[in-house]
Amino acid sequence: MFRRLKDKLTKGWMIFCLVVVILLPLFIGVGLMVKSSLLLEKHSVWNLLFTSSWQPLEGKFGFLPFILSSLWITIIAILISGPVCLLSAIYLTQYAKSFVLKIMHPVIDILAGIPSVIFGVWGLLVVVPVIARISPFFGSAGSGYTIISGALVLSIMIIPFILNILIEVFRAIPEELTESSLSLGATRWETVKYVLVRKAFPGIISALGLGISRAFGETIAVLMVVGNVITIPHGIFDPGYPLPALIANNYGEMLSIPMYDSALMLSAFILFIVVLVFNLFSRFAIARLERFY
Amino acid sequence: MKFKKTEETFFRWLMILSTSVIVAGLLLIISSIIYKGLPALSWEMLSQTPKGGFYFGKEGGILNAIIGSLYLSVGATFLALLIGLPVALYMNIFLKKHNRIVNIIRFFLDLSWGIPSIVYGAFGFTMMIYFGLQSSLLAGMITVSLFIIPIMIRAMDEVLKTVPIGLMEASFSLGSTKSETAFKVFLKQCFTGLVTAILLSFGRAIGDAASVLFTTGYTDNIPQSLGEPTATLPLAIFFQLSSPIPEVKARAYASALVLTVIILIISISARLLSKRYNKHKIKF
Repeated sequence: MFRRLKDKLTKGWMIFCLVVVILLPLFIGVGLMVKSSLLLEKHSVWNLLFTSSWQPLEGKFGFLPFILSSLWITIIAILISGPVCLLSAIYLTQYAKSFVLKIMHPVIDILAGIPSVIFGVWGLLVVVPVIARISPFFGSAGSGYTIISGALVLSIMIIPFILNILIEVFRAIPEELTESSLSLGATRWETVKYVLVRKAFPGIISALGLGISRAFGETIAVLMVVGNVITIPHGIFDPGYPLPALIANNYGEMLSIPMYDSALMLSAFILFIVVLVFNLFSRFAIARLERFY
Repeated sequence: MKFKKTEETFFRWLMILSTSVIVAGLLLIISSIIYKGLPALSWEMLSQTPKGGFYFGKEGGILNAIIGSLYLSVGATFLALLIGLPVALYMNIFLKKHNRIVNIIRFFLDLSWGIPSIVYGAFGFTMMIYFGLQSSLLAGMITVSLFIIPIMIRAMDEVLKTVPIGLMEASFSLGSTKSETAFKVFLKQCFTGLVTAILLSFGRAIGDAASVLFTTGYTDNIPQSLGEPTATLPLAIFFQLSSPIPEVKARAYASALVLTVIILIISISARLLSKRYNKHKIKF
């Protein structure tokens, strides 16, 4: 009798936890929406997203510089780390000997575990001085705190994340496909090019999509190297001011200026929506891919 | 024919190159942190709290941030364990036969895993204001635990998934209830894997800065209760680095080294642990 009761209680606790966990993203979305609705009532969405004048004291909230900075940084980071991850994922799943795998597994794990603030410190120590040195050749003032510095730091940060998904995608492709291609006389690389990459294409796109969503929300590391100047960036050697940095830099004074907290919560809400959409599509594609095999 | 061969070799080298770039990146990061941090590291830094004029390069250390970070992450990991472990067990024992539901739950967990930590921080902050709390150790713990719960559950889920169904059926046939099977059989069978999952989440918790920026505040003292603000290592690094004074900057590098060493210890011990200590595991 007592055992039955214990079983019931445990089950109840488990279901309660499960419901909390499932409802969590919903809660976050609704909470942020309620908080930002104050601003959305006064200004139109179009005005907020596509004007560039940011003067909280005068009640002007134009998110365009922040959104564009975030887009620039994310796209460049994915352009750098996408090909690197794809090539190494192919190498690790198709070519590499077992000792290479033995080295690479801990390397990927450790890289994935390094906190973002450490990446930021590294960016300040190495990336920013290097960029400051070369940026005059590209016709820029050369402080080193630029979009490209942020993108470089970010691209290393998201490598382990994308690489892990890509390795799983390539492992999911049945061995027979590779073998039949090889037995028809194709070389390894031809097999990769015509069979594997084609078969894994949806998976590759989803991995990159997840990488984009991860990059879009990264805060501290980018904030430390990107300059934080509120202008619309015109090139990769201009400073930028991405959305997460906006939230992180201004939380202190946000309660003293009217509507300011609402504006910051709106930027958190924008981040939430963008990340959610990218995640939704990518996870959906991966789930379908898994069912396909 | 010649071209085929050249293409093959070219891409092969390109692949080797990009794999080495990843290794080189990691080595570069760790070595530059060691190179800059080691000269500034001293026993005084590890064993003292900031004294007067610390932020102008005078005496003191970062003990407040080290202890604060440990308190925060241990608390957050404990809270996450209280909620995460039951969910992971429920998914793999009670719902073992309902694959569809489990996959939907996994989908939701992956979604919450993808939400950036700054969004968790902003959400935690609004909740804090709503409930009238001050920025404190407790608020930080709750926010960080929300942030690591999906990570922990997914990691545990991956481990529990591998338990063969036969073990569960054997346990049921001996008359044990589902929850007894969960806590007495599955927990023992997967013990090392679960500890690895906990360590992984602990590493996440100690390294994250964006979610504690709003919720834990910052102080020079070691917190005495849950209601006090708390310093954390990532924020200590961040704040000291923005100072123009070279001594303070050097301390930031040393703090970065401390954090890196903590993270390395966690990830290496997780790796060793998953290889050894399988005493209670039933082999199939």
